[in-house]
Amino acid sequence: MRPYRLRLRATKDNGFKGLVFVMSFLSMAPLALILFYIAKQGLSSLSWGFFLEIPKPVGAQGGGIANALVGTFLLVVIAALPSIPLGIGAGIFLSEHREGAISYWARLAVEVLQGTPSIVLGLIAYMWVVVPMGGFSALSGGIALGIMMLPMIIKATEETLNLVPYALKEASLALGVPYYRTILRVVLPAGMSGIMTGILISVARIAGETAPLLFTAFGNAFMNWDVAKPVNALPMLIYNYATSPYPEWHRIAWGAACVLVGFILLLNLFVRMVIRRWKVQF
Amino acid sequence: MLEGSLKMVKEMLVQSAALVEKMIEKSIDGLTNKDISLLSEVIEQDEPRENALELEIDEACIHWVACYQPQARHLRTIMMILRMNNDLERIADEAVNICESALVVVQEPDVKPLVDIPRMAEKAMGMLRDSLRSLLEENADLGRKVCKQDDEVDELRDQVIRELVPIMKSRPETIDASIHLIRIARSLERIGDLSTNICEDVVYMVEGETIKHHQWRDCR
Amino acid sequence: MEGTVLKTVRLSAYYGDNCVIKTVDLAIPESRVIAVMGPSGCGKSTLIRCFNRMHELTPGARVEGRVLLREADLYQMNPIAVRTRIGMVFQRPNPFPMMTIRDNVIAGYKLNGIRLDRATRDGIVETSLKRAALWEEVKDHLGRKGPTLSGGQQQRLCIARALAVEPDILLFDEPTSALDPTATARIEALMTELKKSVSVILVTHNVAQAGRVSDLIAFLHAGELIEFGPRGQLLTTPKDRRTEAFLTGKLA
Repeated sequence: MRPYRLRLRATKDNGFKGLVFVMSFLSMAPLALILFYIAKQGLSSLSWGFFLEIPKPVGAQGGGIANALVGTFLLVVIAALPSIPLGIGAGIFLSEHREGAISYWARLAVEVLQGTPSIVLGLIAYMWVVVPMGGFSALSGGIALGIMMLPMIIKATEETLNLVPYALKEASLALGVPYYRTILRVVLPAGMSGIMTGILISVARIAGETAPLLFTAFGNAFMNWDVAKPVNALPMLIYNYATSPYPEWHRIAWGAACVLVGFILLLNLFVRMVIRRWKVQF
Repeated sequence: MLEGSLKMVKEMLVQSAALVEKMIEKSIDGLTNKDISLLSEVIEQDEPRENALELEIDEACIHWVACYQPQARHLRTIMMILRMNNDLERIADEAVNICESALVVVQEPDVKPLVDIPRMAEKAMGMLRDSLRSLLEENADLGRKVCKQDDEVDELRDQVIRELVPIMKSRPETIDASIHLIRIARSLERIGDLSTNICEDVVYMVEGETIKHHQWRDCR
Repeated sequence: MEGTVLKTVRLSAYYGDNCVIKTVDLAIPESRVIAVMGPSGCGKSTLIRCFNRMHELTPGARVEGRVLLREADLYQMNPIAVRTRIGMVFQRPNPFPMMTIRDNVIAGYKLNGIRLDRATRDGIVETSLKRAALWEEVKDHLGRKGPTLSGGQQQRLCIARALAVEPDILLFDEPTSALDPTATARIEALMTELKKSVSVILVTHNVAQAGRVSDLIAFLHAGELIEFGPRGQLLTTPKDRRTEAFLTGKLA
């Protein structure tokens, strides 16, 4: 085949490559700008006091976000404790039963849950926990966030386990290892990096959620370790302080935003490290 | 696996060859010592055993080829073992022929002192022994050497005939025995030929060179 | 007088309504290598999976008839117990990638939660690797992970792993089809060595391999056992014309 209009096609080729590059750059630009701006605004607020003190009353200088840090920590733990085992268990079930009515409806439920707006989940937690308990608490907030984590963990587990080759299961079963042990001690460990990634990503997601916490954890100006009482959280603090009229509080909000974004960044780096160390090549 | 089982087939052949050697020895001993029981033993016991062995080796070779699909030296070896098996069976037949003729000769009065026939027997058995040694040692040079001795055996057979013909003409009552003596001489000459066949097979097996149909005459 | 290590009585296997093994009666003597041979799709892999009860793991699969391991009915036993007495080596080597070589060998114990003291453990590892002709190559690297080995070595590791639980029978499902000729030759030599202590049943589509390695050959076609006899006799003068057609390349 003779080279037909070679010069024109080469030019088009280069033009396309350039266009793709520009598009990528343009889509990354806002992200870069956001990170840069947050850092610029927030870094100046960071100090040891910032992390260890609770917020001071209005007008006073200084203060920190210690109670919000503690609150976020409590909420993540309460959310993770039930949803990790439940999520992994459901993921294992769905991976082992590709067909069947239960699997079909379960998968549908997971999809719907994942698409449900977080504020609706907060409302659910309000009805199930806040109302019976008679008050706001970290527990209710954690439960709302846990429900948010669940579909992400389930999907990550199911997809990772689907990637584990049947040959591994076969090898284990042929050795006379019972089914449940094969899943727990061969298939799960083989998929551990994917599952951990799913968990860490979902933690990163819920750490920054505000809406469901509005009427569950509710927020607290003081340090609180009691899960039955309201508790402050980083996103809530940012919301409250950013919408306040006090410049001092604005500064703290920027600092908190910086911390939150930094935390998510670290978590993602950690995920990459996990993948590199733990990923199993088949 | 392959080498081991090939060795086993070869050993079966060697066993068969030992039996055949013994048969010739007994037949000549029976002739010179006029031992009828020895001659009968060869016909009635040794020959059936040798036939059974021949069938066994045949089957072993064919099965071996089916199982191992040999190439190159292994292929040449197993094919030659098959041929040598056949040659040994024919040597055994000749030994039986010698015994049958000997049975007639020993029951007749002596025609003449036996000189050439034992000499022929000595040579022929020597050739057989050497051919088997060349097989065991996979020694092609020894094989070639044996081939060259065939002419001597042929010469001795002609000598026997030359001596017996005038005797038959002058004393007709010796014709029966003489004819059988000539048959014995021919059998021994055949044994010499068959031994050269075995040597030709050994040379092909070891070197891949065909020296059949007296091409070895050129290497004198 | 050697005994029969495995016997099937009118064994049939189904995937749903589809009958893939049709009333097979087979008596396998011990300490021998039995090759199960036949064209693709004849059911050879299914047959041996009926022996170690892996066939029933497929949804919709079922088995009729009996399989006896030295007088014990395998289908009355706990399948887990069956699989510790009848081991299996697969077509593609499948060592556990997250485990070290040492742990791979004793995986049969480890995964079952059976604790071994260090001396016993090292003894089993060494014996199994020696029986699988892998000890010399890996004895200094027992802490390395499985996938760092070559294909042939990985397969021998899988053999060691299967041997470690001391089965009566070892099933090989086309163990060398994914390996190069040198690795194949080593594993064939290994199988003839192993038969002294473990009965070997080998599935292969490679007639030459069946000839080299086996003592008895079972020829299977469309789920039926056509012929079962000594290898020399079956390869030279098969009794059934279908066997003959297969051997001369005329069977589909």
